[in-house]
Amino acid sequence: MEYKDYYKTLGVERTASQDDIKRAYRKLARKYHPDINKDPGAEDQFKELGEAYEVLKDPEKRAAYDQLGSQWQRGQDFEPPPDWEQQRGFSGDGGFSHMGGMGGMGAGDFSDFFESLFGQGGFRGAGGFQQGGFRSRGEDQHAKIQIDLEDAYAGATRQITLRQQRVDEQGQVVNTPRTLNVKIPKGIKPGQNIRLAGQGSPGMGGGPSGDLYLEIEFKPHRHFHLDGKDLFLELPLTPWEAALGTKVQIPTPTGKVDLKIPAGSQSGRKLRLKGRGLPGSPGGDLYAELSIHTPPAHDEAAAELYRKLAEAAPYNPRRHLEA
Amino acid sequence: MTTTSLMGYILEEDVELTLGELCHSCRVEADFVVELVEEGVIDPLEPTATQWSFEGSSLVRLRRAASLYRDLGVNVAGIALALDLLEESDRLRAELARRRLQP
Repeated sequence: MEYKDYYKTLGVERTASQDDIKRAYRKLARKYHPDINKDPGAEDQFKELGEAYEVLKDPEKRAAYDQLGSQWQRGQDFEPPPDWEQQRGFSGDGGFSHMGGMGGMGAGDFSDFFESLFGQGGFRGAGGFQQGGFRSRGEDQHAKIQIDLEDAYAGATRQITLRQQRVDEQGQVVNTPRTLNVKIPKGIKPGQNIRLAGQGSPGMGGGPSGDLYLEIEFKPHRHFHLDGKDLFLELPLTPWEAALGTKVQIPTPTGKVDLKIPAGSQSGRKLRLKGRGLPGSPGGDLYAELSIHTPPAHDEAAAELYRKLAEAAPYNPRRHLEA
Repeated sequence: MTTTSLMGYILEEDVELTLGELCHSCRVEADFVVELVEEGVIDPLEPTATQWSFEGSSLVRLRRAASLYRDLGVNVAGIALALDLLEESDRLRAELARRRLQP
């Protein structure tokens, strides 16, 4: 596994005071907080910060980490010293406590490097609790899934794999992959969540499992964009189609339909196809936004036709700017 | 590895949550939720009822609020302001993405 330089992660010296560490963490946490920073790498960066702060804010953990010495470089291949556990006075049941921590991180959010030094923590006493009659509901789990627009139209089943923590017979926390087939409800919108009752982390001592929440993201679509339940399609037209009117075939998520373009249409005009947005009660509509594309005057014949049109149908689209 | 086929409910449309469920899901104390209700960050369905229940969307807001409180040390008044600004920012970001898609 890779050595992690928690001081570098927070951008502080090894001699930094607890106040300096807190200030550095807060500053970077504001920058990379996943609710604030939507860059794809921000969430991982935020987790790194949370892990570094979990260690450096706690004098006991920080002292233990410092004992490894300053000769290590970030990313260097690392194994804990052979006598690490004895030195630190824990052997699996955790001399350290870090359940939750800042950022609401669970034990499973920390790296292998962290866990090799400080254990998975928190849940390790579960076996003892069970014997003592302790019973508690499992944690709720939250995850994101990406679906296609078409999945929200017709409904679909998507397979997802989650990393889930459970306590084994020895009372150790183990991470196991769990695969679920999840039905995507028709009409779901981006940003909404599917609640799967009882599919979160297992409870302790016979307690019920938590719930699983799946936040829905839509993959970008090459034709459509959504606004609420309404769907928008940019529909290119030639000037003569817009001027004279026509009938064109347009795609919808459920197949192609014919759309009548009224004569005298301008760019930006929206034509509504009622009830062809996302399904629901009420469902959304589909809007075709007209966009007039002018063919280039790429040869003398085309240029001459444009000149004739200018003479035959004089038109000033900038009249409103002249007043 | 197990494979199960599951039907869920849309949190924002089909789910009501008790105060206890909200607190458990977001790992917060009830007092924190009461403070957020007083600040107008989330609203119970019937504020005068003896047992509060909430729309499913309250869970999303409360999770964000709890995360701002824990991670950034923002107080409740700051959370109210930050959530409004974040939601406005989300809306503008979506609008920008929509406009970028247009040629």
